[in-house]
Amino acid sequence: MLAPNFKSAWRYRHFILSSIHTEFRARVARSKLGAVWMIIHPLAQAAIFALILAEVMAAKLPGMANSKFAYAIYLLSGMLAWSLFSEIVSRCLTVFIDNGNLLKKMAFPRINLPLIIAGSALINNLLLLLAVLVVFALLGHVPGKQVAWIPLLIPLTMGLGLGVGLLLGVFNVFVRDVGQVVPIVLQLGFWFTPIVYTPDVVPQNVRALLQLNPMTAIVQSFHNAMLFDRPPEFSALAWVAAVAVLLMTAALALFRRASGEMVDAL
Amino acid sequence: MSASALAVSGLGKAFRSYRSEWQRVLSWLGASVKPSSEQWVLRDIEFAISPGEAVAIVGQNGAGKSTLLKLVAGTMRPSEGSVEITGRVAAILELGMGFDPELTGRQNALHAGGLMGFDRKALQEAMPAIEAFADIGDYFDQPLRTYSSGMQVRVAFAVATAFRPEILIIDEALAVGDAAFQRKCFQRIEAFRRDGTTLLFVSHDLETVKKICSRAAFLNSGRLVRFGPAKPVCDEYEQHLFGAGARPPTPPSSSPDPAKFDPELMAASCEVVYGDGRAEIESCWIENSAGERVNVIPSDRSFVWRYEVRFNDAVDDPVFAMLLKTREGVTVYGVDSKQLKVQRRRYLPGELVDVRFELSNRLGPGIYYLNCGVRVDLHDRSEFVSRRVDAAMVRIVDSAPSTIIVGLVNMKADLVLATTHVAVA
Repeated sequence: MLAPNFKSAWRYRHFILSSIHTEFRARVARSKLGAVWMIIHPLAQAAIFALILAEVMAAKLPGMANSKFAYAIYLLSGMLAWSLFSEIVSRCLTVFIDNGNLLKKMAFPRINLPLIIAGSALINNLLLLLAVLVVFALLGHVPGKQVAWIPLLIPLTMGLGLGVGLLLGVFNVFVRDVGQVVPIVLQLGFWFTPIVYTPDVVPQNVRALLQLNPMTAIVQSFHNAMLFDRPPEFSALAWVAAVAVLLMTAALALFRRASGEMVDAL
Repeated sequence: MSASALAVSGLGKAFRSYRSEWQRVLSWLGASVKPSSEQWVLRDIEFAISPGEAVAIVGQNGAGKSTLLKLVAGTMRPSEGSVEITGRVAAILELGMGFDPELTGRQNALHAGGLMGFDRKALQEAMPAIEAFADIGDYFDQPLRTYSSGMQVRVAFAVATAFRPEILIIDEALAVGDAAFQRKCFQRIEAFRRDGTTLLFVSHDLETVKKICSRAAFLNSGRLVRFGPAKPVCDEYEQHLFGAGARPPTPPSSSPDPAKFDPELMAASCEVVYGDGRAEIESCWIENSAGERVNVIPSDRSFVWRYEVRFNDAVDDPVFAMLLKTREGVTVYGVDSKQLKVQRRRYLPGELVDVRFELSNRLGPGIYYLNCGVRVDLHDRSEFVSRRVDAAMVRIVDSAPSTIIVGLVNMKADLVLATTHVAVA
């Protein structure tokens, strides 16, 4: 099932790359700060949270109480993971609707569209990662060697985002309410993932629920890799990987069945 | 049928609605959910096109022409039946798809060309040719947002046709850009055809269809009414188009000869009549040189545009006028009694004037509309006393010795070739 998709994506690789390139060029074009804005947005958000919550949260960070910037680092690590996931989900959600006319008028492998999103989100995220590492250095924090897990964590996050996003994106073509509900759910999801808080501040029974959220395991692995210098919890990641593979498979199957009727509904 | 470039069999497209969209989802999962309604926009379409053939799809709006093209091009999936294609298809359903306003013409050519499935290296090699065909000078390296719409179309068409496809599918949307560029587009399509490209396109211009197509498909309400040689199919479509609700303004008294009179052309529905009532055009008709009322005239045969004016009031120095237009509204010829220096006088109530414009005919085959009118020219403006716009239609048909291959008017060329010898290096 995957092979033909990969084959056609390979044939259109230049188009995919050029689309990603064009997207960045469009963002940079006629803007003085250009690419810097892409990094400023998440950093500003993290700075706001850090300013407001630093005093409340700082003491709660196990093992990092000695650094007064620990919370900012914790926050940035989590945001890094979440921004990748939420960008892919929210853009996949409307990808078919946004490209409705293109889908009606041009015959090309539809799988290119989510791949363009994945590629551009990945580049965004790598730029953010770079910025975050610079901020860490300024704050006097250098991640340990466990940071080497990040190159594994990023594709995992992308897989999860693509699975969720593609499923929702297909549904959104037929039931447009999906497009309205998902941003709200994403907001909820942000607060249902230990990004601005640590899991131990929430009540015991809620904490068990948190672990059901696959993004919890991913965000915690980011924390481990970038802040605590610990290897990820493999059992938790295995479960996330299983969920991601399951969602991707389901999404591709659904996509294949639905794509026949998709153009009719656009 | 392996010899055909394109074979469509039992093709149908239905838009299905379900009571709930979740039932649609269940249907993908294999559940046998009955759609609450099925709207068939196309059904039982069956035809085969041989390699190198040019085929047009004709039909009214909503007949399913664009849907058929989308099914053949593969952007839409058939609900039943199949489309079999041999060779690479290029479909131009809309020009400029995938173009980005921030990219230059050159960058867009690479980008959109990639979307069309062209190989990047081949595109780069073809770039000088694309640039030359678009012919927009330095703009080719400026961002697309600075282009006029005509320039965008030029680049878009240049990219879309950068490589000769086995099958070229074009929607009528192509009728854009200036006339010179359209001509260039047609030349390129013709060059493709000479090299063996199969052409399938939608057009409302039946004369073009008859000229360049070997066969045509007439669609009506999603059904293939006829598929066959272009001319009879176009004629049938035309009859269908103009047949409904026809009220002949002045039909001939005896039963007409179909070669000279086509009752389907008497579409009075689009006629506009106005005036101030001082005079009225009572009747109008076309006569051939034998004095028969006709509306089908062989090319090169002169005819008379004749109308009767009854004056209800005294009118000083009225001007009698006529105008002939194409179906697209392009004026081919217009003239009046003032220009022709016919003596002017005062007409009195109760006078009946027989107006005869005797026209020598150099028109190319096609359908033309005729106007007639009586006006009064005041010193600063003209007033129509009575006018009938699109009062009659005339069809000019091919007559063997003076066939016009291209164009509206037979300019009766004489060709002289003068040869001299030059030394060959």
